[in-house]
Amino acid sequence: MKAFAELYAALDETTKTNEKVDALTRYFSSVPPADAAWATAFLIGRRPKRLLESRKLAQWAIEEAGIPDWLFGECYHAVGDFAETIALLLPPAGSSSSLPLHTWIEERLLPLRDAGDDARRAALVSAWREMDERQRFAWNKIITGEFRVGVSQSLVVRALAAASGLHAEVVSHRLMGDWQPGAGFWVRLTAEDTRDADVSRPYPFFLAYPLEGEIEQLGDIRAWQVEWKWDGIRAQLIRRHGRTYVWSRGEELITDRFPELEALGAQLPEGVVADGEVLPWKDGQPLPFAQMQRRIGRKVLGPRILSEVPVAIVAFDLLELRGEDIRERPLEFRRARLEEIAPPGSAMIVSPVVRAATWEELAMRRQEARSRKVEGFMLKRLDSPYRVGRRRGDWWKWKIDPYSVDAVLIYAQPGHGRRASLFTDYTFGVWDGDELVPFAKAYSGLTDEEIRRVDAFVRANTTEKFGPVRAVKPELVFELAFEGIQRSPRHRSGIAVRFPRMARWRTDKKAGDADSLETIRALLPSTTEPRA
Amino acid sequence: MGGEAAIQTLAYGEPLTLDGVRVSLHPAGHILGSAQVRIEGHGETWVFSGDYKLEPDPTCAPFEPVPCETFVTESTFGLPIYCWPPAVEVFADIQAWWTANQQAGKASVLFAYSLGKAQRALAGLDPALGPIYTHGAVESFNRLYREAGIALPLTTHAGDAPASTDWSRALILAPPSANGSPWLRRFRPFSAGLASGWMRIRGARRRRSLDRGFVLSDHADWGGLLSAIRSSGAGRVWVTHGYRAPMVEWLKQQGYEAQAIEARFEAEQDEAEAAP
Repeated sequence: MKAFAELYAALDETTKTNEKVDALTRYFSSVPPADAAWATAFLIGRRPKRLLESRKLAQWAIEEAGIPDWLFGECYHAVGDFAETIALLLPPAGSSSSLPLHTWIEERLLPLRDAGDDARRAALVSAWREMDERQRFAWNKIITGEFRVGVSQSLVVRALAAASGLHAEVVSHRLMGDWQPGAGFWVRLTAEDTRDADVSRPYPFFLAYPLEGEIEQLGDIRAWQVEWKWDGIRAQLIRRHGRTYVWSRGEELITDRFPELEALGAQLPEGVVADGEVLPWKDGQPLPFAQMQRRIGRKVLGPRILSEVPVAIVAFDLLELRGEDIRERPLEFRRARLEEIAPPGSAMIVSPVVRAATWEELAMRRQEARSRKVEGFMLKRLDSPYRVGRRRGDWWKWKIDPYSVDAVLIYAQPGHGRRASLFTDYTFGVWDGDELVPFAKAYSGLTDEEIRRVDAFVRANTTEKFGPVRAVKPELVFELAFEGIQRSPRHRSGIAVRFPRMARWRTDKKAGDADSLETIRALLPSTTEPRA
Repeated sequence: MGGEAAIQTLAYGEPLTLDGVRVSLHPAGHILGSAQVRIEGHGETWVFSGDYKLEPDPTCAPFEPVPCETFVTESTFGLPIYCWPPAVEVFADIQAWWTANQQAGKASVLFAYSLGKAQRALAGLDPALGPIYTHGAVESFNRLYREAGIALPLTTHAGDAPASTDWSRALILAPPSANGSPWLRRFRPFSAGLASGWMRIRGARRRRSLDRGFVLSDHADWGGLLSAIRSSGAGRVWVTHGYRAPMVEWLKQQGYEAQAIEARFEAEQDEAEAAP
């Protein structure tokens, strides 16, 4: 736990990528294999199922710290991080634990799964007493599952590659799929023989950057394949050894949520991997993505939901054919093979190619995107291989211009984590007659400097307090950008927007210049309405 | 205070009588010359703490508990999450950071409030580790401290150093406001740390994109506030500045007659976050 707590502190103390990778590499190279495996799991966001309820954890910490509940609440509010609040409030540490990380996890934490509350409480309190403050913090982060330390999976992969001497692609590949942290996994992860047996394993996804600069700079349009950019769940559909697997880009095995795709797999030839977007799809067109959310949360999929919200995979690439990795072949080749294997009339729809003779013509067709319920275009170089991770050059996404609206800041509340002591979370209103109605919440888009200025405004112009939320004088106007708009009976404005963010602070506008609900309603799609 | 203000100085403990009210100043342990104000009259004794701390500080007189019926206390860090580590440990951390930076060929830029904190930091550092440079704002207060007889290690105003100076072994003391300013460019590559009580919270450090935060405050922590309140013997406590509401609530639950009073400079706690 010592080395792990030090690693956490080292990662936390630098903003420099190379220093983070160095700290990780040193850690992986110096700790026991089982520790390295568990640390890898935590750092890339895999964690044991949450064993302990926050409420109980807080209760035990409160008792151990000897403070009243309300004071814990005040402290949490000031810190903005649950694990940290507990670490700061516990009585000063009298010792420091030299037990390794995997012992803490395997022998002290996981057995609590089958324990009653009394045993859990005793184990937790004893753990806190054995640890120093840094260790308590890292431990609390582990048990609360809020393990974020500003390290992306790709940095972890770089460090693992450096520590093991393997290629980053091999490491990425081996980190996918189902595995149980422990010494055995570490041996497989770092094995020199890179022929991997696990038939379920997907390939690392190739991701596109948003288009930079002008479209004409991409050169001759004939060198490019253009597709609609579908808004679904990015997934790989795998058929190997007579079995079907569906993996999300979050590297989660999601086969059991989509029986339609399981059935599709049986119609595919042996040894294929297709890449695409899983979409709620009915009568030849996508349903609003909100419909998909009705399905995702469910454990049991009844016949009703399956018939109301059927899914399909809009496939756009083929990565493996007859068991052979074809990612290095040109897109043109892979696409032709995909068209050959897609069973007609099945839940696999080959993503249509958008034809345009010139970039200009394509730009015109971009306006169809909204009515087609797509997010814009994907632009792919016809001779490109299927690469690993987010890369510039061969694939670009060209989104439709988002909607935008001018709205007035009406409520603010403090953020979390590193933004905990600033008012960074805002609610915006638009005019309904002479009243401002809450319309959207947004947290992102401002520079740190702007956030400071808004924060100072909020403090100086609070009109009312509701717990952490401040009502402020309606004076500041912001241009909000968002991706989608729907009617919503659950919102006071009657409208819900997707991915709202602050595009610009309109210091040139007064509150009275902001948009009205009426003009916003005009943006609503006139055709099909979601049932939700 | 404007230049026209009539200023009368008073030694610690020396009484002054104004309209039958007896006024005296007592060490607050905050910075050099900081004082609590004791006021006795009409059969009552009040003490206004001002900013104070209880930890020993070689650059100023230690906090002196002054018995009173009503104690008006600051509460900048009035939450139990604010619990200071012993200063010796903090100085050891700063020195270890400085040494590690030297080994990595980087300068060490330590941000500390130029009046008080910078001098306390200086007094705690071992000048044998390497040269110590200062920002002009820090250097002018160093001069005042030295004139007042406070021993501080040798410092050089960074502005007087030749352009060819090798900063890689140096520690540079600068006010927090220098963070992100072009003045810092000359020290590159460097690691930046801040000495402040706010550094107890991770988010406060990360928000400033600092490499290191050192928990060193010239204000009392939660335990210090409670201890000062107890040792005043006061039954009535007025709380001002910082986390007033939780402190008042806590004191009430402990049987004190407590209330929050509006601070005159309300913005101070947030604006001057880096200062304490």
